[in-house]
Amino acid sequence: MGRVVLVTGVSRDIARRFARTVAEHPEVDRVVGVDVVPPRGDIGGVRFHRADIRNPVIAKVIAMEDIDTVVHMSVIATPGSAGGRNTMKELNVIGTMQLLAAAQKAPGLLNVVVKSTTTGYGASPRDPAMFTEDMSPKRLPRSGYAKDVYEIEGYVRGFARRRPDVRVTMLRAANVIGPHVSSPLTSYFRLPVIPTVLGFDPRLQFLHEEDLVSALTHSVVNDVGGTFNVAGDGILLLSQALRRLKRPTVALPGFAVGGIGSALRQARVTDFSPEQLGFLTYGRGVDTTRMRSELGFEPAFSTAAAFDDFGRDLARGAGVREQVLTGLSAAVDPAAAAPPPGSPRRLTSIPAVDRG
Amino acid sequence: MGDAEIIPIGTRGRPGRGSGKQRPSSAARSLAVGSARRTASPKPAEQPVERHEVTAQAAEPRPRKPPPPKRDPAAARPAPQRPPTRTGDRGATPGIPVSDWLATIESAAVEVFGNDWEPALARFLAFLRRRVTGDYAIDEYGFDAEVTDKFVMAALRPIAQKWFRIEARGIDNIPTEGGALVVSNHSGTLPVDGLMTMSTIFDHTGRHLRPLGADLVFKMPLVSSIARKTGATLACNEDAERMLRGGELVGVWPEGFKGIGKPFAERYKLQRFGRGGFVAAAMRTGVPIVPLSVVGAEEIYPLVGNVPALARLLGVPYIPITPFFPLLGPLGLVPLPSKWLLEFGEPIRTDELDVAAANDPMLVFNVTDQVRETIQQTLYTLLMERESVFG
Repeated sequence: MGRVVLVTGVSRDIARRFARTVAEHPEVDRVVGVDVVPPRGDIGGVRFHRADIRNPVIAKVIAMEDIDTVVHMSVIATPGSAGGRNTMKELNVIGTMQLLAAAQKAPGLLNVVVKSTTTGYGASPRDPAMFTEDMSPKRLPRSGYAKDVYEIEGYVRGFARRRPDVRVTMLRAANVIGPHVSSPLTSYFRLPVIPTVLGFDPRLQFLHEEDLVSALTHSVVNDVGGTFNVAGDGILLLSQALRRLKRPTVALPGFAVGGIGSALRQARVTDFSPEQLGFLTYGRGVDTTRMRSELGFEPAFSTAAAFDDFGRDLARGAGVREQVLTGLSAAVDPAAAAPPPGSPRRLTSIPAVDRG
Repeated sequence: MGDAEIIPIGTRGRPGRGSGKQRPSSAARSLAVGSARRTASPKPAEQPVERHEVTAQAAEPRPRKPPPPKRDPAAARPAPQRPPTRTGDRGATPGIPVSDWLATIESAAVEVFGNDWEPALARFLAFLRRRVTGDYAIDEYGFDAEVTDKFVMAALRPIAQKWFRIEARGIDNIPTEGGALVVSNHSGTLPVDGLMTMSTIFDHTGRHLRPLGADLVFKMPLVSSIARKTGATLACNEDAERMLRGGELVGVWPEGFKGIGKPFAERYKLQRFGRGGFVAAAMRTGVPIVPLSVVGAEEIYPLVGNVPALARLLGVPYIPITPFFPLLGPLGLVPLPSKWLLEFGEPIRTDELDVAAANDPMLVFNVTDQVRETIQQTLYTLLMERESVFG
């Protein structure tokens, strides 16, 4: 017999796609999706229940459907869609509490998978280069999404203590990026002119949306408990990412970037979360050794490949500097200019050759 | 009123601004072709000279030898004496043929890149293209090996070799591969000694020294991004152990701000070596500790004073006052050209100790003291050897 999976937050695109994907997995019998609003797209073979996880009704859904695996994806990063910071906090924190309370009372429950985020590690100049799963943020988050994440992880750990028979997997995903993702970070990269923090070049790590779906599917069907960082291989600097996008940038002092961000948020142009300023100043890297060795998951996209996939729709034609360089190298050495520039194979091979 | 005077509107084709005067206006004169020199001459001097033309001093050189045609309005009109110049007539490089340009570029390329300039230029263009399109690899600490090799080290090399005339001793004590921890004394008000150590080690062994920096480095704009790109990371146990496990050559200056910001009177007196965290990191990873003694860096910016209030206000550990610094402005930032000696000592092995040794504080303190004493004694020896500061 296969698993019966409950997915929370299916009205949002990434959770809906995960629900559809996991429903097609041979080891999964049934998938039930819950949310307060119906999903916007096709949910395939997923059965939808309109239920609020902030409400004890969720316990009835778990009991009625004989759920043995709960995948909690109903944690939102910005108040934009929910209507305000209070609503956002209630959805995130109270929703998780109620869901875990209901799960604790469900005797047939075997697995809980929680999608968390690396935002919980914070971003500061005192951070180590790469966070491992055992490290905690250098400064406890005081507000916003990061604080929600911190509290949610605390409740999940409490649940794991109280129900040792349930396998609990927490996936701390790096910033999810991809052509279909709409998040504070992707809307930042979609700005026509991208503000950067003057004098800082943060290290960024991305996880492709498809990799998030397959990591969650992987942890539903494989019995591996624990907390895992999930991110694509490698690191991109912000300057590097912006050069790949070929977008104009403007470097401003940190407070100005924060001011522009909050102005854009109030004008509802983009979702610029306050945590993002720290991230765009100091950056963050997470260590993914445990994801490979214990969880046994291998992302298909590296950080750079995920970003290129995201930027494919956004990228304009080659910039002036690039065109000049192309012309020059064609004039100097037609043979050298022959392979298509920007092909990842050639570019990854160059540093290796230099070192050897 | 039929015989009323008709005041014409406009100039009836004559020059001037409708004032009825025969003389063209100054604007019209400056437009006329032949009067370019006159209008260039200073205006206030011109007017009186013009009025008293007949009685004027003959000795005075007149700028208006070719007088503008006054009587004939047709000639004063900006009638072209030569066909008008159009933008199409103006080539970008009048007079220099394209072939000359190409020859110049080619000889310049030969000059810069040598005889095999074509592949060299193609490589350089490929490099530029990678930078412009962002297609280059950095490691997880943000280290950009390509730019560090090509530019940063090339920029530091003349400073190390020509300005400070660095003499490196015991360079063989640096292992050619695998992790190692270089522990050095810290001095010189600004961390120039770190940069010079990086440059010297790279030139002699080809390995990159990965410095561990204080969190202040990563808090400051510009400094933080440069530090990460040249291979630095935060001085914390997590990063030190991670780098050492990764087989990197890590540099640490355990005195920190106490060492670099000490007054000139206390030069070459080692400060406390932190909490010995670097020794614990080396013990846990089993890498050798290479003590490094740097002589000469103390004299580059002799620190004679400090402004603690301003330093607190700006959030930095000290505001240096040197004999030249605020006095000469930016010129005071030029370091004094002292002669430097770098001596790498015998490596202290930690791989014989078991893993639990790092949890034995007494052992950690003993090894820390051993490293500190080695560096201090070597400093004294080098100071005895050196003939003069700038020798």
